[in-house]
Amino acid sequence: MTAPAPIRPDYGIILSAVPDGASVLDVGCGDGELLALLRDRCAARVRGMELSQAGVNACVQQGLSVVQGDADLDLSLYPDGAFDMVVLSQTIQATRRPLHVLQQLRRIGGRAFVSFPNFAHWQVRLSLLLLCRIPVTRGLPAAWHTTENIHLCSLLDFEDLARDANWKIAAVHALSGGRAAAATDSTRGWQNLTAEAALFELVA
Amino acid sequence: MSAPARIMRLPAPLPLDGGGVLDGVDVAYETWGTLDARRGNAVLVCHALTLDQYVTGEINPVTGRPTWWPQVVGPGRIIDTNRYFVICSNVLGGCMGTSGPASLDPDGRPWGLRFPVITIADMVRAQAMLVEALGIETLFAVIGGSMGGMQVLEWIASRPDQVACALPLATAARHSAQNIAFHEVGRQAVMADVDWRGGAYLEAGIRPAKGLAVARMAAHITYLSDSALQRKFGRSLQDRVAPTFGFEADFQIESYLRHQGSSFVDRFDANSYLYITRAMDYFDLAAAHGGHLAAAFARFRGRACVVSFSSDWHYPPADSRTITRAMIAAGVEVSSLEIETDKGHDAFLLDEPDFHAALDGFLAAAARERGIA
Repeated sequence: MTAPAPIRPDYGIILSAVPDGASVLDVGCGDGELLALLRDRCAARVRGMELSQAGVNACVQQGLSVVQGDADLDLSLYPDGAFDMVVLSQTIQATRRPLHVLQQLRRIGGRAFVSFPNFAHWQVRLSLLLLCRIPVTRGLPAAWHTTENIHLCSLLDFEDLARDANWKIAAVHALSGGRAAAATDSTRGWQNLTAEAALFELVA
Repeated sequence: MSAPARIMRLPAPLPLDGGGVLDGVDVAYETWGTLDARRGNAVLVCHALTLDQYVTGEINPVTGRPTWWPQVVGPGRIIDTNRYFVICSNVLGGCMGTSGPASLDPDGRPWGLRFPVITIADMVRAQAMLVEALGIETLFAVIGGSMGGMQVLEWIASRPDQVACALPLATAARHSAQNIAFHEVGRQAVMADVDWRGGAYLEAGIRPAKGLAVARMAAHITYLSDSALQRKFGRSLQDRVAPTFGFEADFQIESYLRHQGSSFVDRFDANSYLYITRAMDYFDLAAAHGGHLAAAFARFRGRACVVSFSSDWHYPPADSRTITRAMIAAGVEVSSLEIETDKGHDAFLLDEPDFHAALDGFLAAAARERGIA
């Protein structure tokens, strides 16, 4: 028997924050890893939206309620206040209209967890400054010509956009090397330098 | 194994969308498995246009052909008859034992065209009376492909509290102009056959076999895809090495379609074909709910699984997306799936591993949720 794989730190934070029986929408839910955890550990009523058909198939095979959809276009289908919580995990940087997506999440859910790679991480900065190359790092593993990321941002950038979408910042979790640092209530300058990625907890 | 053919005379007159009621309606049905003590494990399977109540088992006892969904329904299968109580009834207007134009009117004559024009909602109303008479208040699942999927959608629109899970497969919430067009070609082929006799052929002891065969040939093309036809037949010749410069079936595809047509007329009534295709043409669930499809699903609080097939041009994936989007807007807990296949509309009847895995996962999770052992 093998030990169960350790839970990603951002998923761990989300799992500890979801009350039992809450309704959760995971936008860009991939193969349903987080949804299955939320269902099994939090008895959450989970639903998902995923762009890739392979991801959708994998989710439905696990009995998860997931539809094929595009965050840029299809979030507007959901009724106002349909969910207690919405999750947008490592997806916003690949959307065409990040502000629209955050506004739609604000309309659909009362709380949100949004994670994304930090484009102000020191390795990213040094790659451009010293190597004169578009950075390829642990948080941004794809080359410039294959990446699906079109709207990269820093922690400070995201904080501004979240406020523009009428969200309040409840907590900032800096993520680096598979670990989450202690939460802060807003982005500190050093986090914007040292975090490979961040998980923002937003409240209406 | 199937039990012997069963027929239930509906306990009350059946109200019809077209006005009036139909008295003394018979519904032919089959069941498999056992209803549990809570009466909570019933699954209603809705059949497509030319299929029937013989879903699974060794052989269809009426036609002598294989049953139509044994790989999905049966002991140990996805819809496990050791676990679920499975029901399938022949639709209203059909010709496999349920009242239709080929059955006898109160005076003992075949109804023919004097049978009232029926709708998908009428079919579902008859099914609901059967289900109720079997002592079932809530169906664990209602599942069906093509016209069966229309019945699934009608069930959750008109009887939302009586269904826990809905699985509309390879279907649409309304019949497109193209679909109506193909049906009209089929109906005109039947009616152009001199043996149709204004629909009164049964009294004359004949059948409009040529017209119905042509109708079936045209329809059969819509159930397949261009690439599947190319793969199976291409331009291959039938039992010959060169074209004959005549109008015999030179090509394998011609021979195949002729066989499809001629074998169909042995098992299907021409007037039933007219009535059932008409019911499908009239199906427009949004129109029946103020023009808003989401309104049709607003009272449904169960789970839904909408499945389409990439090469299905009869009920293309876009039709299923319309259903899914309306369900999302209505707050329904919906899953949607588009299966990649070149087998066209008929893929829902064939071995599609991704499709079957999804059906299995969806039903197993829903059964767990509802405590079905």
